[in-house]
Amino acid sequence: MTVVKAVTCPVCGCLCDDIELTVRNGRIIKVKNGCAMCEAKFLSHASDHRPTKSMIRREGKLVEVSLEEAVRKAAEILVDASYPVLYGWSSTSCEATKVGIELCEEIGGVIDNTAVVCHGPSILAVQQVGIPSCTLGQVRHRADLIIYWGCDPWSAHPRHIERYTAFSEGRFEKSAWRTYINKVKALVGSKKIESAIRRLAIKSWEPAVARVEKSPSQYLSREGRKLIVVDVRRTKTAEMADYFIQVEPGKDYELFKAMRALIRDQEIEVDRVAGVPVEYLEDVVDVMVSCDFGAIFFGLGLTMGSAKLKNIEEAIRLTRDLNMRTKFIIMPMRGHFNVAGANIVSTWETGYPFAVDFSLGYPRYNPGETSVVDILLRKESDAALVIASDPVSNFPHKASEHLVQKPLIVIDAHMNVTASMADVFIPAAMVGIEAEGTAYRMDHVPIPLKKVVDPPEGVFSDEEILRLILSEVRKIKKERMEAG
Amino acid sequence: MDKKPKLKVTLVTGRTIEQGAGKEYGKFSRKYGESVSTCYMDPEDMKKLAIRDRTNILVSTKYGSVVVKAAKSSRAPHPGIIYIPYGPWVNVLVDPETNSIGMPTLKGIPAEVEPAPDKPILSLEELLKQQFRKD
Ligand code: SF4
Repeated sequence: MTVVKAVTCPVCGCLCDDIELTVRNGRIIKVKNGCAMCEAKFLSHASDHRPTKSMIRREGKLVEVSLEEAVRKAAEILVDASYPVLYGWSSTSCEATKVGIELCEEIGGVIDNTAVVCHGPSILAVQQVGIPSCTLGQVRHRADLIIYWGCDPWSAHPRHIERYTAFSEGRFEKSAWRTYINKVKALVGSKKIESAIRRLAIKSWEPAVARVEKSPSQYLSREGRKLIVVDVRRTKTAEMADYFIQVEPGKDYELFKAMRALIRDQEIEVDRVAGVPVEYLEDVVDVMVSCDFGAIFFGLGLTMGSAKLKNIEEAIRLTRDLNMRTKFIIMPMRGHFNVAGANIVSTWETGYPFAVDFSLGYPRYNPGETSVVDILLRKESDAALVIASDPVSNFPHKASEHLVQKPLIVIDAHMNVTASMADVFIPAAMVGIEAEGTAYRMDHVPIPLKKVVDPPEGVFSDEEILRLILSEVRKIKKERMEAG
Repeated sequence: MDKKPKLKVTLVTGRTIEQGAGKEYGKFSRKYGESVSTCYMDPEDMKKLAIRDRTNILVSTKYGSVVVKAAKSSRAPHPGIIYIPYGPWVNVLVDPETNSIGMPTLKGIPAEVEPAPDKPILSLEELLKQQFRKD
């Protein structure tokens, strides 16, 4: 039995690098420090359902074949296609993405990563207005006001609050954990009283949790780190917050505009913006302006609504305005552990962060035209390679439909929904568990991923599989050239 | 008898920790399937439809309709908003239009909910068959 320390968790954009694993007989049997998602992933490497053989679809059924045969078939599909898409990349290493881009250039296809359906709009907004940001270390040690906007780290980035923001013990800012515990105790107490009163059927009792309709001043006046959450639902994170602003769905843009006006001391002539009383907003803005170091983290609540990149542009402009008065930064909460890396590698190799089209022989970038969902909706692609991703689970149904109708190659550690519809399936080693590599954290800090155990026999890493396909593609092209 | 009650709502999708952990156990696991075929509703809205926790409901949008299980939201009150985690079920319902930026609209889609106690929730295999018919 061995204990491996300081392992990086390959699940979400937090890339927690303090995980401790206990390994026995080549299997991970215990995970320490991680959250539920982390534990589930590390333990899944030894799952019985894990495919270890390559497969090809014959007469409607996936049948096992040798790796060589699967690679050959995949290469043939890619060479024969005139407009293939290569999609995924956010849950694999930067090294694999680099090979993927080389492959894409070789076959004249489109390479797109999952950012296109999560923080794609954020990237577009950053290209428009720039972004004042910093590393998470700085936030941890210095930020005294944290705002989560349209994101629920408790559910999607479970250790973000504890490691980097409100509950982390920084050098200059102390953890707000105790305040939270006291609040929970008080809340549990009041919930008990509440239910007792409800049992006694006293009508006039007001529940303690409806904080939306209360003035923020009593919640935000205390000393120390403060946490504000803005969301359409009262999420778990919102419950932890000192103050929660429940915005009407799709009205974030108005809220940003109103806050920007208030920061400039302009009058707002309505009583409510996006369902929030203006006087409360004034109090919140006061807290924002008077903090020493504020940080806004935003999630898909902003990018997926109808205003998309316009929301993010306003959020960044709000941060910029705040910087006239104090220090403020803003950062997207990146989902998959290496989606930031996929964008970075794509940018340094091709000049563009996602949706890169090589069909003319040189990289072109025009989201809306060269982005994968649009290509699929227009039914333009004639083959696809999906790696470390499950688009059929995540794309609108109309887009998936075209994806599965055309020849589909899937490289993944697990038999996911997309893989179950593949024409060629190649099982891969799990990056960060069975293969090493590099990943970029959501604040663009590169972090090494460890190899802790060996992959199942005959299973290779994404990078190795892509290299095999690439050299096979080159071989086929050469053969065809020579044959005339 | 009255016509079956229908409720106009706004559909929001997103992540839950059950879905996040479930996906790591495998997409064909029961854990994942159950976690993403659940629709979280405000208790008041459920009352309006006269349904209980864990009743099957039919959710429809302009783009499609699907049967899922209604569950009382622990995040209430959010009347008029329903929440289904990302996954193959909600994909049937979302707006594919990307407004020329590559990103479909996955939050804030107008939808309708009606009780469907006798309609079954399809398993993932059945759903895929019905939606894609690839064999
Ligand atoms: S917060 Fe994210 S990176 Fe950290 S342990 Fe959990 S899943 Fe892993």
